[in-house]
Amino acid sequence: MIASRQRLRRTVALALPLSLALPLAACGSSGSGGSSSSSNGSAGGSSSSTSAAAAGGATSSSAAAKPTGAITVYNAQHESLGKEWIDGFTKATGVKVNVRNGSDTEMANQIVAEGKASPADVFLTENSPSMTIVENKGLFAKVDANTLADVPQQYRPSTGMWTGIAARSTVFAYDKSKLKPNQLPASIMDLAKPEWKGRWGASPSGADFQAIVSAMLQLKGKDATLAWLRAMKTNAKPFKGNSTVMKAVNSGQIDGGVIYHYYYFGDQAKTGENSKNVGLHYFGKQDPGAFVSVSGGGVLKSSKNPTAAQAFLNYVVSKQGQEVLQNGTSFEYPVGSQVPANSKLKPLSQLGAPAVDPAKLNSPEVVTLMQDAGLL
Amino acid sequence: MTTLLAVVVALAALIPLAYVLQSAYDAGWSTAEQLIFRPRIGELFANTAKLIGLAVPLSVLLGVGAALVVERTDLPGRSLLALLFAAPLAVPAFVASYAWATVWPSIGGLSGAVLISVAAYFPFVYIPVMATLRRLDPAVEESARALGLGPAAVLWRVVLPQLRLPILGGALLVAMHLLAEYGAFASIRFDTFTTAIYDQFQSTFASAAASMMAGVLVLCCLLLLIGEAGVRGRQRYARLGPGVARRGRPARLGWWSLPVWVGVLVVLATTLGVPGWSITRWLISGGNAVWTSDLVSTLLTTTVYGVIAGVVTVAAALPIAWLAVRHPGRWVRALEGSTFVAASIPGIVVGLAFVSYAIRYAQPLYQTAPLLVAAYAVLFLPRAVVTLRAGIAQAPPSLEEAARSLGASAPAAFVRVALRLIAPTVGASIALSFLGIAGELTATLLLAPTGTRTLATEFWALSGEIDYAGAAPYALLLVVLSLPMTYLLFRQSRKVAGL
Repeated sequence: MIASRQRLRRTVALALPLSLALPLAACGSSGSGGSSSSSNGSAGGSSSSTSAAAAGGATSSSAAAKPTGAITVYNAQHESLGKEWIDGFTKATGVKVNVRNGSDTEMANQIVAEGKASPADVFLTENSPSMTIVENKGLFAKVDANTLADVPQQYRPSTGMWTGIAARSTVFAYDKSKLKPNQLPASIMDLAKPEWKGRWGASPSGADFQAIVSAMLQLKGKDATLAWLRAMKTNAKPFKGNSTVMKAVNSGQIDGGVIYHYYYFGDQAKTGENSKNVGLHYFGKQDPGAFVSVSGGGVLKSSKNPTAAQAFLNYVVSKQGQEVLQNGTSFEYPVGSQVPANSKLKPLSQLGAPAVDPAKLNSPEVVTLMQDAGLL
Repeated sequence: MTTLLAVVVALAALIPLAYVLQSAYDAGWSTAEQLIFRPRIGELFANTAKLIGLAVPLSVLLGVGAALVVERTDLPGRSLLALLFAAPLAVPAFVASYAWATVWPSIGGLSGAVLISVAAYFPFVYIPVMATLRRLDPAVEESARALGLGPAAVLWRVVLPQLRLPILGGALLVAMHLLAEYGAFASIRFDTFTTAIYDQFQSTFASAAASMMAGVLVLCCLLLLIGEAGVRGRQRYARLGPGVARRGRPARLGWWSLPVWVGVLVVLATTLGVPGWSITRWLISGGNAVWTSDLVSTLLTTTVYGVIAGVVTVAAALPIAWLAVRHPGRWVRALEGSTFVAASIPGIVVGLAFVSYAIRYAQPLYQTAPLLVAAYAVLFLPRAVVTLRAGIAQAPPSLEEAARSLGASAPAAFVRVALRLIAPTVGASIALSFLGIAGELTATLLLAPTGTRTLATEFWALSGEIDYAGAAPYALLLVVLSLPMTYLLFRQSRKVAGL
């Protein structure tokens, strides 16, 4: 009697440890707590009346199929800007957009690693070198002709595999209380001089800065660039992110920093507390430091919904999409559909930017040089 | 059975290491040599070593001091203090960093990094030490006093030796976290291997250079592990003999309570005051605009992941912790060590390993929730193992032996005796894992399904654009979500192991 009861207990007890393993098995089916961020919020665009035709490209002569379904955008542009475009596109077409946010080079290389199996339909960047990385692997589909027609030639590669969607200018953000206009560097190359030791900053790990260096590489050659980077290792304080560089200039940690123009205007439009002591110095005169970087957009060859993907890219460079840049909070330069820049910005035509071929900007080479210089 | 489970878990924990080694192998020796033996690596090594050399001893000092104050003195208000010392756990390190940057904009470099790390991580020492102090049998100390030792000598020769396990476990956890911390240091201009690996990732995604740095980092981790094992020794810490330990008598502070209180207030202001003040400040300046509808879905996502992955992590840690205490030996040590190796590999590298292998060999798992949960389990296994180990060490095997001799089978004895004894610890380690998962940043960025946003990733995105006001609600929710878990952890650890 007693013995049999014990045997029963023993059987039950044996089964119990197995139940410990159950949570392991159960996790596969549950736990996708992820919220798909399809857009239904208020679009930040200025337009009030939108129609599917506007988004599909009313100018297109070909009777393009109406975009439907869903697409996934790999967005390396600023999250807020990407969201404005996505919300506007969804509002106009009803196409659901899943967005994955990241930064330029990391996402470009991720798409390369994913190859043909990439979940991405569209890739948006802040700087063109990352578009080149993907293009060189032959992963982009040709951009629709009517989309390319909206963008002037200098803001897109001749191959037509991607297009410019916005632009930003390099600036030297400086502390107005410390530097008089005559003490500003005449060229970005001057920052390598010993008198700048410990006085300037940048975000060397960011694709933004690396794009500026890639322009320098194209304009000045490898030796001069490497020498400049080595001087930077000695002279500059590294920060993570352009906003942080500007904040450091503002709080007096450094006299100046190499960043892009729109950080300043974005902060001024908000509270201005991170830029109240900051002035912007445009190098101009075709200096490498006057480099204008083109943000890119492209459609992946492996896209399972090319119609909607092309329609999205078309929307971004359309008048409506570019007006988001003109009127929104990004303060980046529009490049398409003849939309003028926000009136607060120095016009693109007056920046004196050097002539740089975006398709030849070599970011992997830049990373190698920066490793050589000990910056990465 | 236990051994098999432990081996499976350990193998899963070694996936990131396998990835690092494979990348190194693929790169070839000459590339590896170029990437490892360069001044930059020396720079990073020096930074990392200085950080650990300063922050770990300080965390131990602060953690043990705080535990002694709340457990062994008659300081008024000590029961509330006991909770407040654990509360910094609810403030993720990168939130602490953001808070400090608010009150001290130019914070940076080694001193800033040490300050923030100690403030964020000392509870890892404090909690296990406090829990152990509560359970120590005062009879041992009383015998020492009776044999003529003064109170200071008793503390040094009797109490501290008995705290060796929790101190070492906690110190090791702090060190591992310092090795793998990204968010806290990225925003204050302090470069460690991990921040440099993240820089490499941003510049190249999965590159040989990042893997080489990770390889050096793993070596650092091994050094720490070997060091800890050497110091830990193999003594027995469970009580012997009949009866139950009484509560010890607290020391009377008398006029000493004033300086002690001053010290306590400084610690609280540093660890809780600054984050509280900064978050409040940003919330006020942000006004109503920052309370968006995204907050709710993000909070829900974070909670669901935290709970599920927390349970999975602890279930995976249990067999290893069990073996480590009950069947210690060289190769169990290796098993246990393998779980730690993963923790020293930063989230970003664990993320890259899982992403790369998923793309290559498990496409259906790519960017899915189960893969993220698995990565969380690998990342937070050591936390769970350390906590469980301390709990299991307190459960005397003799009780199970008694159950066995009364006819219970081994599994029955485990479930009905041992599991009951360690139940509080299991709860505590789930809570601890949850805390880590809720605040995990880099692996989440890489592995989360498209569209999935957690409080940590949103906070990071906003604070990276220096939208400090917009980031504040996320910081607040992170802290609020972590508080009940911290409380649970605290309460469970205070419970005397028993029925």
